[in-house]
Amino acid sequence: MGRKLFGGVSQAVLAVWALLIIAPLIWTLLASFKSNGEIFGDALQLPGELRWDNWARAWERANVGRYLLNTVIVVFFGVAGTMLLSSMAAYVLARFRFPGNRLIYFLFVSGMAFPVFLALVPLFFVVDGLGLLNTHVGLVLVYIAYSLPFTIFFLTSFFRGLPDAVAEAAMIDGASYTRTFFQVMLPMAKPGMVSLTIFNVLGQWNQYLLPLVLLPGDKSNWVITQGIADISTIAGYEADWPALFAALSMTVLPVVVAYIVFQRHIQSGLTSGAVK
Amino acid sequence: MRRHGFVAGFLLLPVVLYGVFVISPYVQAFQIALTDWRGVSAKLNFVGLDNFRRMFGNETFWQAIRNHAVLLIAMPLVTVLLALLFAYLLNVAGGSRGGTMTGVRGSGFYRVVFFLPQVLAVAVVGVLFKAVYRPDASGVVNGALVKLGMEPVGWLTDQRLALWSIIAVMVWQAVGFYVVLFSAGMAAIPRDVFEAAALDGASRTRLFFSITLPLLWDTVQVGWIYLGIAAFDGFALVNVLSIEQGGPDGATTVLATEIYKNAFGYSRFGYASALGVALFFLTLTFAALTMRVTRRERIVY
Repeated sequence: MGRKLFGGVSQAVLAVWALLIIAPLIWTLLASFKSNGEIFGDALQLPGELRWDNWARAWERANVGRYLLNTVIVVFFGVAGTMLLSSMAAYVLARFRFPGNRLIYFLFVSGMAFPVFLALVPLFFVVDGLGLLNTHVGLVLVYIAYSLPFTIFFLTSFFRGLPDAVAEAAMIDGASYTRTFFQVMLPMAKPGMVSLTIFNVLGQWNQYLLPLVLLPGDKSNWVITQGIADISTIAGYEADWPALFAALSMTVLPVVVAYIVFQRHIQSGLTSGAVK
Repeated sequence: MRRHGFVAGFLLLPVVLYGVFVISPYVQAFQIALTDWRGVSAKLNFVGLDNFRRMFGNETFWQAIRNHAVLLIAMPLVTVLLALLFAYLLNVAGGSRGGTMTGVRGSGFYRVVFFLPQVLAVAVVGVLFKAVYRPDASGVVNGALVKLGMEPVGWLTDQRLALWSIIAVMVWQAVGFYVVLFSAGMAAIPRDVFEAAALDGASRTRLFFSITLPLLWDTVQVGWIYLGIAAFDGFALVNVLSIEQGGPDGATTVLATEIYKNAFGYSRFGYASALGVALFFLTLTFAALTMRVTRRERIVY
């Protein structure tokens, strides 16, 4: 096959897939400015005018502002907690010998082999029994608990790879174990911490099942994935499709922007786990 | 002593949290699966394997299993093939330039775009495609078909099509991840291997099958296991995208959807847990089998 032809075909194949990715997103963005009538008309028509009131309705009446804020709160504390507790546990498991070390490590890591659906029923009642159902605290604690296995698994191998000399030097200089960890070892683990933070932010931001089960009550507590799914159902009988598309757009846009800015970190953060 | 205090102090909180919210529910699940518990009584009434007997006699369960079988074969196969093709075009197919193999022009752009769906929430993607797939010309797919003079298609309402429409969305979202994964694998293959083969006159197709694929096999295997495990999930997409959450008439249902419905829709907690146990063993069997079947001599380079 000629080199020119091969190049041309390659370009065409790649361009088609790129179009398949982008088109639904652009279409959603355009639909967010349409009127109900336009939405039910020809799908390939452009909106007649930029109807920002669709966005205002989605933000206020459909609660998208509230859902996004809740998600930010839950994910912030969820990821902060995950990273803090995982790095502490991983550090100790990687660098200290004590009876039970292997057992605890194995228990954490085996968590990766179990599907969440198996735990779903008892988890609901455990959270309910602690009085944490329909609370953000409950959801945050569960997010942390279920993020531990992978994060600990990954960080343990990271801490194992760090040189001994630095920690020893810090200890000889009189630093306590805790200080050595926070001021010397943790900063050295920064690349791993960054990857896993990105991994967990995305995982927790996109979580749908756990909020659905653990925040079944008051809508003012809901996170964005729950909210969007709900707006999609409601749009059916309230016939406010433009608000649905506006809600979708304002959910997707910040994520796309963040992705474009951090894409290198995000790609390596998400895939590094698989290569290990 | 100071050392022991430090170790215990650092482990206490993670272990407690993990024990309460992860280990204890998993252990309880196996227990509840043997009861007819409906969430009201404080005491568990053990009914032996009744739930499992009911499960094996239940047509919906087998429908879900059949759907998983289709998902398990089609979704990883299409995703891996597309990802391999794209990764090859993006990394090696540009030919040799200045002594190194390069991808086709615009590789950087494609890489960014392809990966994008990966960062979107599955639930959000589901809602988005519900609009894309609308059964009349107001959905973007049917809108295009109508423009081309064809009849609109009931992507989600046609029993024979619905599952495939959902698989398409899964592939749409997953491919980019595996493009990046395989690209990393390809980048690790020493350039001179390609150079030598190209000098010997090997075609691009030959390069792919004789060099890239064998050297990439480990990565492909990892990808296959990931995708297989994803094929046992499917909850968010089925719940949001399909009509009647698993419909039409069970055509798209998966075990996860049945677990959720039985537990939080009908309060059949015992039965739902039995389904969970079945899902667990299926996932485990799949992972073990894949590792056995795809195991090969590792090629060292």
